Amino acid sequence: MKERSLPADNLNRTVDLAEARSRHNLGARRFVIACLVLSLGLVASVALATGIGRMDVGWGAIAAVVLGKLGFHTGAVDRTTEVVIWGIRLSRVVLSGLVGAALATAGVIFQGLLLNPLADPFTLGVSTGAAFGVALLVMLGVGGSFLGLSPLPLGALAGAMGAMAAVMVLSRESGRIRKETLILAGIVVSTFLAALISLIKSLDEESLSAIVFWIMGSFSGRGWIHVGFLLPYLAAGLALGAIYHRELDIMALGEEQSHHLGVAVSAVRLKLLLGASLLTAGAVSVSGVIGFVGLVVPHLVRVLAGPSHGRLLALSAATGALILIWADVLARTLLSSGQELPVGVVSALLGGPFFFYLLKSRRSRGMW
Amino acid sequence: MIRVEALELGYEDRLVLAGLNFQVDRGEFLGILGPNGSGKSTLLNALSGLLPPQKGRIIVKSEPLRGLPSRLRAQILAVVPQSTDVRFPFSCLEIVLMGRYPHRRRLGTLTDADLVWALKSMRRTTTSHLKERPIIEISGGECQRVVMARALAQDPEILLLDEATSSLDVRKKLEIFELLKFLSDTRGLTVLCAMHDLNLAALYCRRLMFIKHGRVVVDGPTDQVFTPAILSEVYETPMEVVRHPGHLRPYAVMLPLSPGTWEDETGVEPMEAAQS
Repeated sequence: MKERSLPADNLNRTVDLAEARSRHNLGARRFVIACLVLSLGLVASVALATGIGRMDVGWGAIAAVVLGKLGFHTGAVDRTTEVVIWGIRLSRVVLSGLVGAALATAGVIFQGLLLNPLADPFTLGVSTGAAFGVALLVMLGVGGSFLGLSPLPLGALAGAMGAMAAVMVLSRESGRIRKETLILAGIVVSTFLAALISLIKSLDEESLSAIVFWIMGSFSGRGWIHVGFLLPYLAAGLALGAIYHRELDIMALGEEQSHHLGVAVSAVRLKLLLGASLLTAGAVSVSGVIGFVGLVVPHLVRVLAGPSHGRLLALSAATGALILIWADVLARTLLSSGQELPVGVVSALLGGPFFFYLLKSRRSRGMW
Repeated sequence: MIRVEALELGYEDRLVLAGLNFQVDRGEFLGILGPNGSGKSTLLNALSGLLPPQKGRIIVKSEPLRGLPSRLRAQILAVVPQSTDVRFPFSCLEIVLMGRYPHRRRLGTLTDADLVWALKSMRRTTTSHLKERPIIEISGGECQRVVMARALAQDPEILLLDEATSSLDVRKKLEIFELLKFLSDTRGLTVLCAMHDLNLAALYCRRLMFIKHGRVVVDGPTDQVFTPAILSEVYETPMEVVRHPGHLRPYAVMLPLSPGTWEDETGVEPMEAAQS
């Protein structure tokens, strides 16, 4: 009976191994193809989005300006067109893409870590916390930039982590974070801080529309300097996510199993929360609070690419970038009057119904 | 392999287990038995490093358990919990490969050794056919065996099972215990399992530890401690122990709580009879 219950060990293991390897590679190949498609989509989107706007610039001019900036000598483009393409449009498109990537990957980390399908920087109150941090610094007159770095993202980081801590404390019940109360706590903290932001900005005698643009998010008037502010935070956050992606997979099984499998749970969780906070803080400090990107994109990508967090992070970054680039194009072109919408309005308008559909179709399949 | 010294365990101000002193050697197959709420799971939680002791200490391979780095601990010690709730649609092979986490280098690629271990563990638990299936779609019993495969993929020296086979059918239960016995006999795997199934324990465990009211009642070789007196005392139920004529292992038969046989119509409610 001993032998019979262990027929396994005698079987030809090389065949099995080769099969598992090839399946593994098959998955890897699909992932590479998805990456290629998304990269091409991104390049095309950046070019297209740069061409769209109130002033008609023409594709030749865009190519000439970009190549010129890269050091190639091309035909002269008139100064105004160059400023519009390089200084206004392209910088804004790139920034919206990077913010989209940051918010989407922050969403991936929050959802995996907190085992909560509704978790994202916005629903957890982390975005609003970051925005509050920035608003506070601006009110206190701290601003400007030194060596291309700004103190504002630091304020955003402090605000993000403060809000995160507050939400954790609020939703903690006898040592455990309650899933059900987590989002509730996030909304409470978020609403409270949004009210405080409005108060601060009103006291600072800013216009109502400026406040709305801050709370709903906007890329209006943003340029390369903001790309510089965001980049170190984006890089650090993505690096943390990439280093700990395997732990993220395991921690999606829950705290106890992660412990049994050898994950140093509290230390890893702290690092990943820091990563997600860095991503959120970087994004919010340059664009205000943009909701739904971090919520919807991870779900969308998970349906297509499976739950493995390494791939999820990479593909979500690209997808988030794509979505926010086009959301911003809509935000600046939708109103015929030439006025801009807050980009958060567009992302919510697109994301809301889509998320509703996701929730419905997932529940019917028994997932979450 | 494991040494427990003057251990006291509990949650906040509630003491669950006290005065624990025992040692488990390499290759032992220990069954931990006791009524509901006796503290079996608490003991396993402490042995897996999940629950810090209130007093005393646990020593694993001459190192204090608390001082072991988590990856090193997971190379020595694997746990199969009572049930597993997974909500992400990982494939079963992906789940089993997670058992290789403590052996894999950070950012290192998946090696052949990792895959071989995962596939071997899946064959041993008869889950090979589930490789590509999402874990959220398979049955509870299948899931339990996949988690078992994951624990084996950790290539542990000690395996802790907390009611791990309770949800399996008879055949699967026996298969798992055959496998555990095989690994214990030939590879020196140390097995500690908390369980309710007395006869399964008597069939495979070479040593039994009975826990009741937070204390170890008795701890010794199965042949010496699996007696009607001890069983009846621990479970507060009349028990008889018989040796099976075929395999000569003891098995327990519980007797009805009410006096006499069921044919006797005494007219007394069974619970009243038991109390009187």
